[in-house]
Amino acid sequence: MHGSHTTGSPYAPHTDDETAAMLEAVGVESVEDLFDIPEDVHFDGEFDIDARTERETRQLVGSVLERNDELTELLGRGHYGYYIPSLVDHLADRSEFLTSYTQYQPEVSQGFLQALFEYQSLLVELTGLGVANCSMYDAATALGEAATLADRTRKTSGHRVLVPDILRTGRRSTLENYVAGTDLEIEPYATAESTVDVPALESQLDEDVVMVYAENPTVRGAIEGRLAEIGERAADADALFVLGSDPVALSLLQKPSDVGADVVVGDASVLGLPTSYGMGLGLFATDERFLRQVPGRLVGASEDATERRAFTLTLQTREQHIRRERATSNICTNQAWVALRSAIHAATLGPSGLVELAARDVTRAETLADRVDALVGVKAPVDDRRHIREFVARIDQPARPIADDLEDRGFAVHVVGEHEIQLCVAGVDDETLEEFVDAFAEVVR
Amino acid sequence: MSDDRSESGNENENGNENGHDQARWTTNGQYEPLLSEKNQTRVEIGTDVDSPLPDDLTRDDLELPDLSEPELARHYTRLSQMIYGIDSGPYPLGSCTMKYNPKFTEDVAALPSAAVHPDRSPESVQGTLEVLARLQDYLGRIGGMDAVTLQPPAGAAGEFVGIRVAAAYHEHNGEGHRYEVIIPESAHGTNFATAALGGYDVVSLPSDDAGRVDLEALDAALSEDTAALMLTNPNTLGLFERDITEIAGMVHDVGGLLYYDGANLNALLGRARPGDMGFDVMHYNVHKTFATPHGGGGPGAGPVGVVEDLAPFLPAPRVRAVDGDGDATPAEYELFDPEHTIGRVHGYQGNWLVLVKAFAYIARLGDEGLTDASAKAVLNANYLASQVDYEVPYGPFHHEFVASAGEQDAADVAKRMLDYGVHPPTTKWPEIVSEALMTEPTEVESKSTLDTLAGAFNAVASEDDEILESAPERTAARRIDQTSAARNPRLSWHALSTTDGEGDGEREE
Ligand SMILES: Cc1ncc(COP(=O)(O)O)c(C=O)c1O
Repeated sequence: MHGSHTTGSPYAPHTDDETAAMLEAVGVESVEDLFDIPEDVHFDGEFDIDARTERETRQLVGSVLERNDELTELLGRGHYGYYIPSLVDHLADRSEFLTSYTQYQPEVSQGFLQALFEYQSLLVELTGLGVANCSMYDAATALGEAATLADRTRKTSGHRVLVPDILRTGRRSTLENYVAGTDLEIEPYATAESTVDVPALESQLDEDVVMVYAENPTVRGAIEGRLAEIGERAADADALFVLGSDPVALSLLQKPSDVGADVVVGDASVLGLPTSYGMGLGLFATDERFLRQVPGRLVGASEDATERRAFTLTLQTREQHIRRERATSNICTNQAWVALRSAIHAATLGPSGLVELAARDVTRAETLADRVDALVGVKAPVDDRRHIREFVARIDQPARPIADDLEDRGFAVHVVGEHEIQLCVAGVDDETLEEFVDAFAEVVR
Repeated sequence: MSDDRSESGNENENGNENGHDQARWTTNGQYEPLLSEKNQTRVEIGTDVDSPLPDDLTRDDLELPDLSEPELARHYTRLSQMIYGIDSGPYPLGSCTMKYNPKFTEDVAALPSAAVHPDRSPESVQGTLEVLARLQDYLGRIGGMDAVTLQPPAGAAGEFVGIRVAAAYHEHNGEGHRYEVIIPESAHGTNFATAALGGYDVVSLPSDDAGRVDLEALDAALSEDTAALMLTNPNTLGLFERDITEIAGMVHDVGGLLYYDGANLNALLGRARPGDMGFDVMHYNVHKTFATPHGGGGPGAGPVGVVEDLAPFLPAPRVRAVDGDGDATPAEYELFDPEHTIGRVHGYQGNWLVLVKAFAYIARLGDEGLTDASAKAVLNANYLASQVDYEVPYGPFHHEFVASAGEQDAADVAKRMLDYGVHPPTTKWPEIVSEALMTEPTEVESKSTLDTLAGAFNAVASEDDEILESAPERTAARRIDQTSAARNPRLSWHALSTTDGEGDGEREE
């Protein structure tokens, strides 16, 4: 250890001699003299929080987290636990990536800018749309940002935003908050077999509608079959068609640009993050005609003084630090490091690896559905649709006690209705799925 | 094709002996190629890869780089070497609190037991809920607040919660007509953008001659239409708003709420608490004050604390302890929806992996460490300012100071500082100081590092415009053309013409 060092922050390197020399240079007797805080609001520093050594702190957090039960999660509905290759952790944890910040000085931040440019390119390829930003917070806030974009760019005086009636509460509620400052109103439309009920949607669609939102796959794992029609109907009504998806699904399912999507949102951290209690990475891609209305940061290519290609944050006049109350969004700190992880994960898979992963998610989900459908008192899938990753099963018995019994046997599943559970195969290996089927057979017997 | 870790261009034309040459990878006259320049592979779906789905449900093809693990390891390692982080050197970016990020916090966030799905039953994730509940409790004590939500994923999202909570509160009290939010003109851009996102009109408040809230102007701005005043304290000049109690009284007298932007909380840890100053609602900026890594732009976390009256409006769900039998059995934790909740501002519970790190940081430092952090942060800012030749027009400042580059262009000063091996300050903000150099060294820098930083400032202060304008020269890339980037947006590799990056191969430095 260097010098004599009174206790305090373990990350403040000052020796007592250095502190004294610095105080002298500033011309005060003690650090307290530097604080210009009136007496009536002065606090005595007693939070009653004990300091710990590093080892003790690790033990503390470790022992608290041990209270989490070790369960096999057949959980999805927007958050997935794919296997994360070791390479992702090792590269993303390099401290230059981890400990830098927003690239305000691009000349010393080329590496991160390039990684984000590559991430944007990945999304452009997956969505077929010309512009992708380098992150929103999560799928729900990205959806909210899509609605405010629809508000700013609307061609009609309408104010209705149509969303599926099966939209997750978290997304619906976040969307409601994001549009609270506008005159937009969120209105559900009916779904059939867990996909868009196109005639029902059509009956609600008129020139009052500024945005139609659909997801592919839907929250219940069903694959939409009539997206192009939805895109057309939305365009006829001059409404934006906003599509929710994610990079794995997009690798196999219809390309959003082919079905008339104007904006794609979703969670890009299905690649790059393990289950993280809902922490995500908001995907946001749109057509070039909305370039000046895009929320968040954009990385662009340019040249440096040596005329070599170099990268920089660009079109910043959209952003809060320049445009203030007229900015396209209030976002500043975002999810850049998660975008890096997602890009590395995608790169380790490559194009065929991505397509294969998605294809396996279809066959494995449908195989599991067949297996549980064979059990007495279980019907799966409930929805007469193709599925990816997950599906809903109907059970004759009440779902909640069944889920509790499964939890006792080490499996976590979603309860989505009184007699409905939802099962997801992402990240669960085949052997474990076999064990699950056995356990499920026992509890529904 | 040969890769060379180029030394050319680092010839240090302008003769500065200090600093460092940033690693710079070049291949055939261009910087590290894009993944897409190393490989592009198109796979036809149903042909190259079997598809279980009918054609009409799938895309036709996907074209992306297909590279091996060793190739990727090199690609990203090289990219990382062309990034300056806190572990590279001092990073006194004002308002951003770029502290050292303790390594052990990465290890606790990486514990397998931390990787849980958000739809798990509360009974099966008691550990996660306990961490969240204990962090809420810590933050409440640190800010002097009665209730805390951890859901907002960054500072700006915390501001949005504050604004939505204020709206819901006023609505609840039959005061939904309040349509104005007052914000000092020296505030951060997110304050204005957040108020606007919430549907409020922004009333911009000028500063007085001393750089603080002008009480007369505030009095004129306040009315029955005021929903809230958003303030940070110390303000963006590093000055403590000494009239804070009076300000709070004035805002409350007209029925408004006082919002605290927690970006500058590092200055006050253990010495003053927003709750004691009369603030009703605040956000904590976890990636600043509590040392979680900034990750090249994020993720962060922006928990929000409120006084008791506002607790029923906080986002849902919240976490609370349902105490067992005192100390004998550990508490059980549950999720609940506050009575008049504004709903959600995130799909789930925010940036969990960031929150675990913040919990670990606070538990490590405790009272002593936290109070020492503010002491050393303020000492460092004052010491550095005393060693810098640029004028610092406003004081007494705390954890940061705003110097003026005077006749020089602050942006050019920043570029030139890069050549001295340090990260420059935030520039040109707040605008109240002309050619602002907003400098926040944080507590983690030693005296000798601060001397190095001061040396960089002072060397640049004595250099002429020509040198400044041609800087930087020792960085991975030289000065980048911003105008061309914006005029001709190329935002993906699809948008790069095939000639880009070629044709300058003959250019050697
Ligand atoms: C004073 C101030 N307020 C608010 C913010 C916004 O915080 P965040 O970037 O976490 O959204 C910042 C940070 O960038 C800031 O410096």
